[in-house]
Amino acid sequence: MSKGLGKVIKQSFKLPSDLLLECGKTLKNIELTYETYGELNADASNAILICHALSGNHHAAGYYEDENERPGWWDALIGPNKAIDTDKFFVVCPNNIGGCHGSTGPSSINPETKKFYGPDFPVITVKDWVNSQALLADHLNVKCWHAAIGGSLGGMQALEWCRLFPDRILKASVIAAAPKLSAQNIAFNEVARQAIITDPDFQEGHYLDTEKSPKRGLRLARMVGHITYLSDEAMRDKFGRELKEGKLNFGFDVEFEVESYLRYQGDVFSESFDANTYLLMTKLLDYYDPAEKYHGNLVKAFETIKAKIMVISFSSDWRFSPERSKEIVNALLAAEKDTTYLEIESSHGHDSFLFAEDRYVNALSAFLEN
Amino acid sequence: MKTLEIINNWIAKDSKVLDLGCGKGEILLDLIASKNIKAVGVEIDDSKINECISNGINVIEQNIDEGLANFIDKSFDVVIMSQTIQVLRDPKKALKEITRIGNECIVTIPNFGHWRARLILLLKGKMPVTGPLPDSWFNTPNIHLCTLEDFELLCSDVSIQITEKVSFDSKGNSNIFTRTWPNFFGASAIYKISN
Repeated sequence: MSKGLGKVIKQSFKLPSDLLLECGKTLKNIELTYETYGELNADASNAILICHALSGNHHAAGYYEDENERPGWWDALIGPNKAIDTDKFFVVCPNNIGGCHGSTGPSSINPETKKFYGPDFPVITVKDWVNSQALLADHLNVKCWHAAIGGSLGGMQALEWCRLFPDRILKASVIAAAPKLSAQNIAFNEVARQAIITDPDFQEGHYLDTEKSPKRGLRLARMVGHITYLSDEAMRDKFGRELKEGKLNFGFDVEFEVESYLRYQGDVFSESFDANTYLLMTKLLDYYDPAEKYHGNLVKAFETIKAKIMVISFSSDWRFSPERSKEIVNALLAAEKDTTYLEIESSHGHDSFLFAEDRYVNALSAFLEN
Repeated sequence: MKTLEIINNWIAKDSKVLDLGCGKGEILLDLIASKNIKAVGVEIDDSKINECISNGINVIEQNIDEGLANFIDKSFDVVIMSQTIQVLRDPKKALKEITRIGNECIVTIPNFGHWRARLILLLKGKMPVTGPLPDSWFNTPNIHLCTLEDFELLCSDVSIQITEKVSFDSKGNSNIFTRTWPNFFGASAIYKISN
C-alpha cells in the first residue's frame, strides 16, 4: 500500500470576470474552492483536472488535519505512485459552481440582494462548469491539460472539455458515464427532487433564512440515490438479509442491516449537503445532452474533439451501464477519434469508479503515462 | 518474407486500419511507425489490452463473437484479422462483417491441410499438435480449423474476392514448395480479400 498525499489545503480563486451562463443569466463574483496536489512542471505540461460527480467536491485526496480523518473522495486513486501519480502530475480538483463546499452556490450570498441565493440560484450546465474550470486553468497557468478525468457526472465534464476546448486538452478519461440520461435516470432524480421539495421544511427553497432545513427530504433523496449507486450483488454481499438484533421484531424500526446502512448514509449526507445544491445538480445531470444541438447526432457533437479519450465502464453498474459507455465509444469511433474502451469486471455497481481495482488502476496509469 | 512484412507491403501510407484480435498491438505499432496509419485495435484479453494502452494504441475491449455491428460500413481502409478467424464461433459471419467494414481485409490462418498435420492424422490417428498448432484438442482455442482449400471455398461461397495470397512454411518463409502446393506445404497463409 503506497503512502498517501498527507496533509492538503484548500484554496480559493475569485473568477476575474462574470460568467454568462447557458441559461442566459450572468453570474457575478464567482468564487471557486479547489485543491491541488503535486507540482506543476516548468512547461506546465503535466496538469490533470479532476472533475467531481453529483455530490462530490474539491477534496479529492489527502486529509486536512488528522490522518485518521476520512481522506478525500478519490484518495484511493490520487497520490504518490497511485493511478493518478502526484509525483508525476499536477492534479487540480475544483468544487463546481452551484456546490455547497465553498464555491459559489445556492448557499452563497447574492451580491445584488445581499441575501442567500437559495432557490434563485440560476440553473447551471456542464458547459458552464467547463467554462469556469477554464478560467481556473488560466489562473494556474495551465494552457493545456495533460488530461481531464472524471467518473459519472465527472466523466461528462471531461468529455465536454474535449468538445469545447479541443486545443486545451490532450487526453480524457470518461469513467462510468453516459452521453445523456435515460428516462429511468431522470425518474430517479425526480424522486429525489420530490423528496426534498415536498418536505415542509423546504419552504420553497428559502430555508437558509430560517432555523429549519429539509433534512428529511435530503435524507430520503440520498437513500434513493445510494441504492442506484450500488449493485444488487454488492448489497447482497455487504448486507444480505442480516438482522441488526438477530431476530425479527415485527415492527418498522431498523431491522435489516441494509436499512441501518441507508439511514446512516442519509443522515450523514443530510447534515453536510445543501438541498438547493442537490436539486441543481440533479437538474444539471438531466439536462446534459451534447447531441441535442445536432438533432440527436452524437457523432456530429464529437466532431471538434482532438483529445485521446479512454472510456471505462463497470460490469455491475446499472445506473450508467456499459451499454451507455458504448454509445459514447461508438460515436467517437464513427467520428474517427482516438478512442480506447475498457469494460472492467467489478461488483461495486456505479460506485466502482471510486475503488482502486487492479485492472482499472493499471489502465488509468498506463493511459496517463504513455 | 514474413507475415509482418507482407502486411506492411499491402498497406498504403496513412490508411485507416482496424486490427481485430490485435493482441498487444505489435502489427499496429509496426504500421504506425512505417506507414503512419490511423490505428484501432479490438481485443478481449485484459493484459494484452493494457499493453496496447501502454503502447499508446487505441484499443476497444470487445468480444468479436458478439458482433461488429458498431463498426460502420467501409469505415476502414483495411481490416486485419490475424490468426483469429479460427477461434471465432461464426467464421462465415465474421468474414462477411469484416468485408463490410473494410475496403480491403487481410486475413491470416493456420493451415490444417499442412503435410505434417495430414501425416500425424494418417499415421498416428491423433489430432495433430504442431508448431503452428501447438495445443491439444481439448484445450485449443482453435474451434474452427480449416485447410486453405476450405477457406477459399467459403470465400467464394459468400462472394468474397481473394486478391492476394501467400502461404508460408512452419518457419514463416515462402518458398518454391509453398508457392506451388500451398495447401500441402503451407503451415499458414495470408490473404487479401474484399467483397
